[in-house]
Amino acid sequence: MMKQEEYKAFATDIRIATLEALKDLGFGHIGGAMSSTDLFAVLYGGVMNIDPKNPDWEERDYFVMSKGHAGPGLYTTLAMKGYFPMEELKTINTNGTRLPSHCDRNNTPGIDMSTGSLGQGMSTAIGIAHGLKIQDKDNYTYLLIGDGECDEGQIWEGALYAPQQKLDHLIAFVDYNKQQLDGYTKDIMDLGDLKQKFADFGWYSLEVDGHDTDAIAAAIELAKTNVGKPTMIILNTVKGKDCTFAEGVLYNHHMTFTKEECETAINLLKAQKKAGNVK
Amino acid sequence: MSYQIVNELKTEEKAMRDVYAATLADLARKDDKVVSLDADLMNSVGLVPVAKEFPDRVIDCGIQEANMFGTAAGMSAVGMIPFVHTFACFASRRIADQVFVSGAFAKANVRIIGSDPGITAAFNGATHMPFEDIGIMRGIPEVTVIEPTDAVMLEDIVRQTKEQKGIFYIRMSRKNAIQVYQKNSSFEIGKAALIKEGTDVTLFASGICVAESMKAAEQLAEEGISAEVINVFTIKPIDVDSIVASVAKTGAAVTAENHNVINGLGSAVSEVLAENQPVPLERIGVKDRFGEVGSVDYLRETMKMTAKDIVQAAKKAISRKGV
Repeated sequence: MMKQEEYKAFATDIRIATLEALKDLGFGHIGGAMSSTDLFAVLYGGVMNIDPKNPDWEERDYFVMSKGHAGPGLYTTLAMKGYFPMEELKTINTNGTRLPSHCDRNNTPGIDMSTGSLGQGMSTAIGIAHGLKIQDKDNYTYLLIGDGECDEGQIWEGALYAPQQKLDHLIAFVDYNKQQLDGYTKDIMDLGDLKQKFADFGWYSLEVDGHDTDAIAAAIELAKTNVGKPTMIILNTVKGKDCTFAEGVLYNHHMTFTKEECETAINLLKAQKKAGNVK
Repeated sequence: MSYQIVNELKTEEKAMRDVYAATLADLARKDDKVVSLDADLMNSVGLVPVAKEFPDRVIDCGIQEANMFGTAAGMSAVGMIPFVHTFACFASRRIADQVFVSGAFAKANVRIIGSDPGITAAFNGATHMPFEDIGIMRGIPEVTVIEPTDAVMLEDIVRQTKEQKGIFYIRMSRKNAIQVYQKNSSFEIGKAALIKEGTDVTLFASGICVAESMKAAEQLAEEGISAEVINVFTIKPIDVDSIVASVAKTGAAVTAENHNVINGLGSAVSEVLAENQPVPLERIGVKDRFGEVGSVDYLRETMKMTAKDIVQAAKKAISRKGV
C-alpha cells in the first residue's frame, strides 16, 4: 500500500494524465473526473486487491463507478496501473475507441460494470456484493455514486436493500462536490446531511475530506472492521478540483476548453507536485 | 425441438405459477448459483415455500423493481444465475432503462419473468394489464422475448434459459393454461412450432391466443378452409424461415396475440412479411387501447380476440389474396 505522499503524487499524476489525454479533444466531463481523482488514487494505489494483467481475475475486488461520466479519470488510473497502454488514452471519446465517455465493461479492460444511466451502478454493485456474499467470498465491492445522482430514486431503493441484506463487504462513496449539471445541488435538489441520511437507512456512515487521501484510506480501513452493515463514506470534494479552468466554475460538469487552458492547468499541477503537493 | 400436440384441448391441472415455482425449486436444488429475486410478489407466484427452502437464494427485494433488476444483473457478473419476477407491467415499463443499460448493454445474464400479461391481469384492471411489454422488450438489442403457451412449454423454456446466457423476457400467465402440448415435449428458442398444417391461410399465434387459433382452424375446416397454425412462442428473435415458408404456401396470414397489435407479434410478423414475402395480413389483438377490469372471457370478447374473431380475420385475409 502506498504512503500518504505517494497517494497524493499518484492523484496529481492522474489529474495531469487525464488533462493530457483530453487536451487535443477539447471537451469532456472534467468536473466530476477531477473531484473523484483522489479516491481513484487510493483505491487503485493500494487498497483494492487487483491484477491489472488479469482484469477478470475472480478473486479481485470490484469497483463500480455509478457516476459513469467520470470515465476519463478512471481510464487514466487504469492505464497508469497497466490495464492498457497509456498511449490509448489519446483515443478517449474518438471514433471506434475502447474508452467511451461512459463506462462499458465489455469494451475497456479493468471496468467492472457498465454505467451511465444514473442510479443503476448502485444496484449492480449491490448485486456483485450480494452475489459474492451468497458464495461466501471475501472480495470487497467498492462503489462510487455522485451527489447529483442521489436525486435518483434507485439510489434510495438500493440504500434500503443493502443494509437489509447485511452487505458488509460493500464500501460505497458519494462524491459530494455540491454541484450537478445545472448548478449547485442546494439550489436544485438539496441533499442536506447525506451522512445522516445513509445512517438513517441503516448504513455505517462516515464523512471525510475527499481530497485527503490519508483520510480516505483510513475511512476504508475503518469500514473493513464494521460487521453486518454496508458502509457509505461521504467524500466532501470540490468539483473540478485542482484544474484551473474548472475549479470554482458553475457549469463545469461537461465542458469545452482550449489547449492553452489545459496546458496552464497541467503546468500548475506539475509545479504543485514539485512543491510536495498541497491538499 | 420435439413436441406433440394434445388430442383434445383442456385446461391444465396445474397453474402456470405452480409449475414455475416447482421448476425453479428444482433448478435451485441442482445448482447453488441459481437465485430468485422478487418485488413483493413471491406469494403471487408460489415462491414462498421455495424461499423457506432456500432463504439465502430466494430473495424478496420489497417493492423496488429497478433495484431488483440491477441487483440481479450485478449478481450475474459474479457467476450467479438470476431469475427475477414481478407482474409483466412492472417487469417491462418500470425497468426498461435498467434492462437496457445494466442488463443487455452490460451483457448481463438475467431471466425476467413477467406475469399476468395482457388480459390475464383480469380484475387488476388497466394499470396492471400490459399490452406494451413485448414492444418495450423487443426494442432493446439482444433481449430474447418468449411467451410460453402452456405449463409443458413453460417448464422446458425455464430449464433451457437456466443453461443459456443473456437477457430473457418470459411473459407468463399465472393461471391454468389450456394444454396444447403433450408432456415431455421440448422446444427450440427462436424456432416457431408448427401445430397444424394447412394450405389457405396461416394463423400465427402466441400465448392464450394459440388455443383460440386452434379452435378457429377447426371452425374454418368446417367451412372448407384449410388453416395452418403456427405457435410463434419466441417473438424475438423471430423465426423468419418458418413464417416465410408458411405464407409462401398459404398466401395469407393472421396474427393473434394478447398484446397491442402495435409492437407485438403482429408487428414482428408484418415486418418479416413486408421484407420477404408480402401477403395479406390481418392482426388480432388489442387495438391500441387501455385495459379494464373483467374476466378473461369478458375481456377476450371485448378486445375481439376470440376464435370467432380469428375466423373472420382469416376469411378477410383470404379474400384479399391477389386483390
